[in-house]
Amino acid sequence: MKRRLLIFLSIFVLAARIPARAETDAEVEARKTALDLAGAFSNEGFKIRDGHWCGTVKRNDHTLVAVNLYAGNQYWFSAGATEPARKIAVGVYDETGKKVTTEEYNADEKAAAGFSPTNSGQYFVSIDLVEGEAGSFCLIYSYK
Amino acid sequence: MIGLTRFGAIGLAGIIFAAAGAETGRLPADQLAKAVRTDAISIPTPGELFAAIEKPGKTDWSGQYRGPMPITYRNRAQIALNLGGLIADGFIAVEAKDSQQVKNIGSDIIKLAKALGVSENLLKRGNSINEFAENNEWDTLQEELEATQNEVKSSMQSHNDQDLVILVSLGGWIRGTQVVSGAIARNYDERSAKVLRQPALVKFMQSKINEISPELRSEPLVKDVSEELTGIEKLVSFPADKAPTVDEVRKVNEAVGKVMEKIENKAVAR
Repeated sequence: MKRRLLIFLSIFVLAARIPARAETDAEVEARKTALDLAGAFSNEGFKIRDGHWCGTVKRNDHTLVAVNLYAGNQYWFSAGATEPARKIAVGVYDETGKKVTTEEYNADEKAAAGFSPTNSGQYFVSIDLVEGEAGSFCLIYSYK
Repeated sequence: MIGLTRFGAIGLAGIIFAAAGAETGRLPADQLAKAVRTDAISIPTPGELFAAIEKPGKTDWSGQYRGPMPITYRNRAQIALNLGGLIADGFIAVEAKDSQQVKNIGSDIIKLAKALGVSENLLKRGNSINEFAENNEWDTLQEELEATQNEVKSSMQSHNDQDLVILVSLGGWIRGTQVVSGAIARNYDERSAKVLRQPALVKFMQSKINEISPELRSEPLVKDVSEELTGIEKLVSFPADKAPTVDEVRKVNEAVGKVMEKIENKAVAR
């Protein structure tokens, strides 16, 4: 358990270094929030991907991130945001732009969407601002 | 159904489970085209691919091992491609739950990465891989392997070798696809075969190769691999709702096998 926590922390520290541009303090905070949420899924056997995406979530603006998924796996996409963004939502669309059915979790500045694709290929994860003003967010995902 | 029984344990109140089945129309193509695509999140790890194939039945993971790889490559692009392949081999050894093989591959990863002059932090990663392998911590090892791959990429970026990053990812995808397509061809199963459909992924990797420096792109090995990718993209473009036939799986296996041979061949790169 201790070792798992160490890995979890090392992934967090390392991943904060990977993007070519330096991340802001708000993005690092948003990533921590997303990792807190994803940690719950790892208790269910989901492995947290080391990669992540941080950006800005704005009102009336779908932020879309392309992912390539495998049929047969289960996925959870977890996002965290920071003030002044107060509430966010995560959704998933297939390669044609059609929204797919997901399980959802929403709790203010953190949100997640889970689903099991029946087809392999490209999907799009949307991060939307539901309440508040534009703020930083970070998206990570887990699979099993 | 994806369970969330542990949410309570981390004190997350106010869970809302909603079957978000209500369709709200389609996103237009121009909006999809503007989606963020990055190496870090848009390219799946070999571990994700292996997890998907593992579900329909038992896969003979130890039967997927290959012989020892020469770790004396001099061409940087070839080292990067082989590093990706080696990391995929690490995921295979984890699936096989073979601690000695994990340790051997971990050691080769460090040696190969050192040839690129990447960070000393990798030595610590090598030690962690050994420790987790000795303790049979297979889930943790999967995460450690991806963290090792990202450590290599991060180090490449800080050494102004960012062009090599996509080659590490590409090497991993090719090796992973070679193993998976080979396993499916030998023991065909429709559900497993569906994992091979990845046209957007191949297209994305091809586009990233097109962005690297003209010097690196014109190297014989990179040029060869890039040209082969165009054909591979067509081979993995099955209709979304149809599993590839066993013949189609074999064709994918032959194509990625051919690329893998070039990547491994010391005479190809100059």
